Parts: sequence; structure tokens; C-alpha cells
Amino acid sequence: MIAELGHFALVLALAVALVQMVVPMIGAHRGDKAMMAVASKAALAQFVLVGFSFVVLVNAFVTSDFSVSLVANNSHSTKPLIYKISGVWANHEGSMVLWVLILSLYGALVALFGANLPDALRARVLSVQASIGVAFIGFILITSNPFLRIVPPPFEGNGLNPLLQDPGLAFHPPFLYAGYVGLSMAFSFAIAALIEGRVDASWARWVRPWTLGAWTALTIGIAMGSWWAYYTLGWGGFWFWDPVENASLMPWIVATALLHSAIVAEKRGALKSWTILLAIFAFSLSLIGTFLVRSGVLNSVHAFASDPLRGVVILGIISFFIGGALALYGWRAPKLKAEGLFAPMSREGALIINNLLLSAAGAAVFIGTLYPLFLDAMDGPKITVGAPFFNMTFVPIMVPLMLLVPLGPYLGWKRADLVAALERLMAAGALAVLVCLAILGFASRAPWLAALGMGLATWLVVGAFSELTSRIVLFSSPLSVSLRKARHLPRAQWGMAFAHGGLGIVVAGIVGMTAWQHELVTALKVGESATVGQYELTLEKVGMREGPNFEALVGVVGVKKDGKDLGFMLPEKRRFPVERQEKTEAAIRTNGFADLYVVIGEDNGQGAYTVRAYVNNFAPWIWGGAIIMAFGGLISLTDRRYRVGAPARAKRLAQPQAAE
Amino acid sequence: MMRALFLSLLMISLLSASAFAVEPGEKLSDPALESRARTLSKELRCLVCQNQSIDDSEAELAGDLRQIVRERLTAGDTDQEVLDYIVARYGDFVLLRPPFEAATLILWFGPFAVIFFGLAGLFFAFRRQGSSESAQILDSDEQTRVARLLNEEGGPR
Repeated sequence: MIAELGHFALVLALAVALVQMVVPMIGAHRGDKAMMAVASKAALAQFVLVGFSFVVLVNAFVTSDFSVSLVANNSHSTKPLIYKISGVWANHEGSMVLWVLILSLYGALVALFGANLPDALRARVLSVQASIGVAFIGFILITSNPFLRIVPPPFEGNGLNPLLQDPGLAFHPPFLYAGYVGLSMAFSFAIAALIEGRVDASWARWVRPWTLGAWTALTIGIAMGSWWAYYTLGWGGFWFWDPVENASLMPWIVATALLHSAIVAEKRGALKSWTILLAIFAFSLSLIGTFLVRSGVLNSVHAFASDPLRGVVILGIISFFIGGALALYGWRAPKLKAEGLFAPMSREGALIINNLLLSAAGAAVFIGTLYPLFLDAMDGPKITVGAPFFNMTFVPIMVPLMLLVPLGPYLGWKRADLVAALERLMAAGALAVLVCLAILGFASRAPWLAALGMGLATWLVVGAFSELTSRIVLFSSPLSVSLRKARHLPRAQWGMAFAHGGLGIVVAGIVGMTAWQHELVTALKVGESATVGQYELTLEKVGMREGPNFEALVGVVGVKKDGKDLGFMLPEKRRFPVERQEKTEAAIRTNGFADLYVVIGEDNGQGAYTVRAYVNNFAPWIWGGAIIMAFGGLISLTDRRYRVGAPARAKRLAQPQAAE
Repeated sequence: MMRALFLSLLMISLLSASAFAVEPGEKLSDPALESRARTLSKELRCLVCQNQSIDDSEAELAGDLRQIVRERLTAGDTDQEVLDYIVARYGDFVLLRPPFEAATLILWFGPFAVIFFGLAGLFFAFRRQGSSESAQILDSDEQTRVARLLNEEGGPR
């Protein structure tokens, strides 16, 4: 009965979304306040209805209601609670419900906090947002009903893929979706602006925080996925350039470009139509990502036919939104007045170069991911595009971009003095060169590429923070003065420094891990030892362990460094009887600079066990840096300029006092 | 989520396979040859997996390919000969770095074409702007002077 209520709520949500799509748009056109006011109420109602439906689905998973076929197919009564909950979105139907839940949440947020937006703009934004809701709620109801019952209900469910029963992956999808769907806000604002034919500074000021929020969530989501791959897949890789990863990287790259171009649109009134185009692209790539993963087109173009209805409907939705948006853009964008003249050497110019290089990097990923599918569909040769391709295209595009990152903030708007900017970056440049030379001189196994990479990382980190130190006159005035200045510096400045510095740390992590990884692959009998890097590993014991829904082969590996005992590491090989699958659980010991990574495998039949061990130098920095970047995004979000509502509210509160 | 779902599908297909990439027993005793084998393995695709190199993959077929690579190397083949040998049997599909040919021109040059056309567009845009309105750009000194003049005109506030 409850499941049917969830289904019913979803149907109601579709009806509400339809109203929200049509009525406010007509209202905004006619200037009818009452019709425009429908938007906010409908957005809230839609969120409540989808939310109810989602809660019902979660409830079905938590109570293991196997009469719901989705639960029976993806859950099991012995599964720990957290994975019962994450099981909701670990399947096609449930993940689509999560998708529309987040979509309607964003709509509700605009309704709640958008009081200071012009009425017509708010109505149009919510209307466009609702049209996306209509498409996807409709998609769920027509092709992917999560509330379908099975008769008779089985006694037990099929369980959830063990690879997904993992804390890192349980929360990976919500973050990723918050990012994907967050870009729908930028899209809705862009379409609303095109319909209105007007883009002003306040428009850009509204788009920035939404994009920033989406970007932050996407950064965390991608980092989580990569971290999960690192410790689960058992060979210590962190990025495989597989199409599913690329599907999340493309919107991230374009969102990064959008963040930067929106700054120009807000501060200088230039690049308006380009910013709108990027907003359209960013969300389009999110949709394409959804399509790529959902349609099965990735395995082979022909697998597309395995579930033709879903694939065709998603393709239809995508074509409608992307095609419609681009057509509208082609029609209305030329009417947007360009403002804000600037010289090529200026912050605007630097941000354009940023956008150009990011677009090219995005194109490299896009072409690399989709071109093989295209060739296959055209009956051309079957080719594979893997890591070596991206190393030869994506990386050479990103390196010049990263060289320019610290420079941008030093350039003035409109017309800048390059020499002066470079002079102020002398310290960062000198340190970068020093690091480069030190590595070439002292480190063992130092290819010159690694030295250059570490120099680049230093340049990014020191460059990001040297602007801050000069702004708060650190080192050249009393500390108290610096602290006071630091407090009064706009939060966005701090956010930028952290985001750019975090990027440098990611670069250091990737370069360090690639250049200085130690690997050990061997078979050890109990009592035997082997060395990897400076560590001596001894397989002390092998035993079995019972988990809640698995049994594990556990290796007890003693670790010594320079003869000193460092304790034990416990790599596991888990076997999940219900799902009849296995999962490697690497043991990782980190000191913040390097990971010791140990994996145990099967008995090889002669009493020895396969042991793989790595010393991954700088590996923790990859995810640490990504978290710092996301932290920068969060700090920026708290910048008071984004709390556009705040001054208006403060004024309203102040009025009665003024009357006294 | 998406990658997870997808990886899970992939893993299911690998279930029959055993343990890990690069088994201890597979390694060659000559470290120079072994390191060449590892480098080559990173360029070759595991045919039954999605974008995994045979160096990373635990599928049985990947193990067979690793074996072939090592056999050819031990037989004295150069790196290119090993790749040619495998491509002759499995096609270009097995290469993670697609070959340069007519069909892959867009692939290899597309990203750089974006930069080229972007820069060209910018060049012309700035030249047009430069010839017509360069006089309108004020530097910061000029701006402060304008601000001061405007202030004087409005009188002290």
C-alpha cells in the first residue's frame, strides 16, 4: 500500500511540474503577477511530493519489502543499514528518483531564497526547471517505475553488488548528482535570460553561486569515486579514463570554465553570451553523461538495443533540451548587447584564455569518449581510446593552463601590466625552479618530467597563496595587522586561493605517484618476507573472518621499516555468498605523504598467497588536494556578495527603527 | 554511481577470472625485458574489459595477452614488432593509443583545432575592436582622474 502511495506522489509531482512549467511562463509573458506567483508554490509542492516518494522508496529498502521488485533485485535482509539506504540509488530506477529529488530541491531553493529576484526572471527560471522535471519524472513513470510489485514476493532479495557496498561509494552518487543537477540551475537561468533577452550583472551574480555549489559537489563526487577506485580495485590506480569517469569529468571541466566566465559577466558585463552558451553546454554534458551511462551505449553501440525504450527516451529528452537550448541561443543571443571593452592583456583576456584551454581540454575528453562510438555507429574501424591518448592530448592542454593559473589574479581588469604581474610572482617562480633543480639533483629515479611536474605544482601552490600574503601584507607588517586584514579579505579571495592551491596539490600527487611508485608482486608462504620501497613485509598468518554478509580471507602482514616494527596490516579478500562475488579490500597505511598499499589474493595451490604491495608516494595528495579545492568552493559560497538576499532583508528590518 | 554500476557490470563479467593483474608466476627473470613487458602492457587493451589495459586487468584473456607479450619479447622482438604481432591478430581495437590514420584525424587534432580556431577568432575580434574603439579603454590612472573630475563637478559631498 505504501509503495503505491509513493508511486501516486510521483504522478502528482508530474502534474504539479506540468503546471509549474506552463502557468508561470505565460504569466511572465503577460506580466500577470498571480500567474507568476504559482511558480514558487508549485516548486515547493513538487519538492514535497518527490521527497515523499523518495522517502517511501527508502522505507521499502530499509524494511526489506521484497514485494517491491526493485528492492528484491537490489537488496538483502542481512545487508548493513547504510547499504540498504545506499541501495536505493545503486540501481537505475532509484538513481533516477534521486536525480529528480535533487532537481526539485534546487527548484525549491530558488522558491525559498529567490525573493529578491525580479518576479518575471524567477517565474521563468522555475518554469524551465520544471520542464526538466516533467521530462525526467515522465521518464521514470513511463520506463522505470521503481514501485513495481512482484507477485508472489520472494522471501529474500538478490543482494547488492559488493563493489557498491562501500562507504566511499555509498555517498559518491548523491554528490555527483548534486553536481550534475546543480548545473540545471545555471541552464534554467541561461534559458530564462535568453527568453527575456536580457543579461545584467545581477543575473551573473545569481548564476555564480549555483554553479559554484554544483562545481563543489561535483569535485567531491569525482574525488570520492576516484578514491574508491584506488582502494577497491586492487592495483592502486586512481583514474582510468574510462567513459563513465569521463562522463563526470566533462561537466566538471565546463563548469570550471563557466565559473570563470561568469566572473567576467558579473564584474565587467563582457562575455555574456559566451557565459550563457557555457551554461547550456555544462548541463548538456550532464545530460549526455546520464545518457552514456544509462543507455548501455558504452559497452557497444549495439547494446543500446538491449533496453531500447529507455535509451530512446533519454536520447529524445537530451535532443529536445540541447537542441532547443541551442536553437533559442542562436535566435536570441545576437540580441544580447556586448559591453565591457578590454585589452588582450587584461584579466578578462586571461580568463578568456582560461576558457579557451578548458574548452579544448573538454573537447579532448569529449572526442576521446564519443568518437569511438561514433566510428562504430558509422561502421567505421573499431578503435579504442585509452589513457595513452589522453596523456598526449588532455595533459599538453592542461599544462599551459596551469602555468597561467597563478598569473590571472595579478592582472588588472581592462588593461594589465604583464611585467608588474610577473615581478610579483618572482617568489613563486624562484621556488618552483628550486624544487625542480632539487629533485633533479637529489631524488633518486627522477625523470625530468617528474621534476618539471613538481615545479609546476609548487608554482601553483605558492602562486595561489602569494597573492593573499601580499594582500594581507604578511611578513612586512606586524602579525596583528595581517590577521586583521586577513579577516576582512573577501571570502571569495580565500576560496580562490584554496581552489588554485588545491589544484597544485592534486598535480603534485599525480606526478609524485606516477614517478615514484614502488611495486611488489610476489607469492608468499606464511612466514616469508619481501621488500617494497623501504618497507619489509612478512606474511605472518592467513585466516578467515565472518562479516555481516560476507566471509573474508585475511592476511596478517607484519610491516618493518629500517628494522623497526610498525605493526600489522590486514588486507582482505571478501566473498559475498548471496551475490556470489568477490571483492578485494586493500590495507592502506598512510602518513600523509605516501601510502603503503597491500593486497592479498588467492592461495596459488602450493601454499603461497599472491601479495601485491605498493608504496604510492604522494598519493594521498591527490584526494587531499581535491578536498582542498572543494573547500575553496565552499568558502567562496559563504562570501557575503552571494547572500544577495541579505542586504534586502537587513533593510526591511531596519525600516521600523528608522521610523522611531 | 554511474561508474560504480558500470564497474559492477564489468566485474560480473570478470567473475570467472582469477586473482590479479600480473601474476607473480608470469614475470620474466630478466628485469629489463620485464620492464619492457610492463610498458607494452599499458598500451594494450584487455579486450573483454572497458578501457582497462592488460596491465591492470585480472581477466583471463588479459593474462593470455601478457603471456604473448612476454613470449615475443623473449623471442627477441622489438617493442614495435610485439605490438604489430598483436594488432595483426586482434586489430587496432587492441591499442589503447589509436593509430594516426584518416579515420582518427578528428580524434587527434580536434582538441588542438579548438585552440587554433579559438585563438584565430580572438585575434580577429581584438583587431576589429582595436581599429575602431581602442581609445575608449582607460587605464587605472585615467579612471581615477575621471573619477576625480566627476567628483569635483558634483561638488564635495
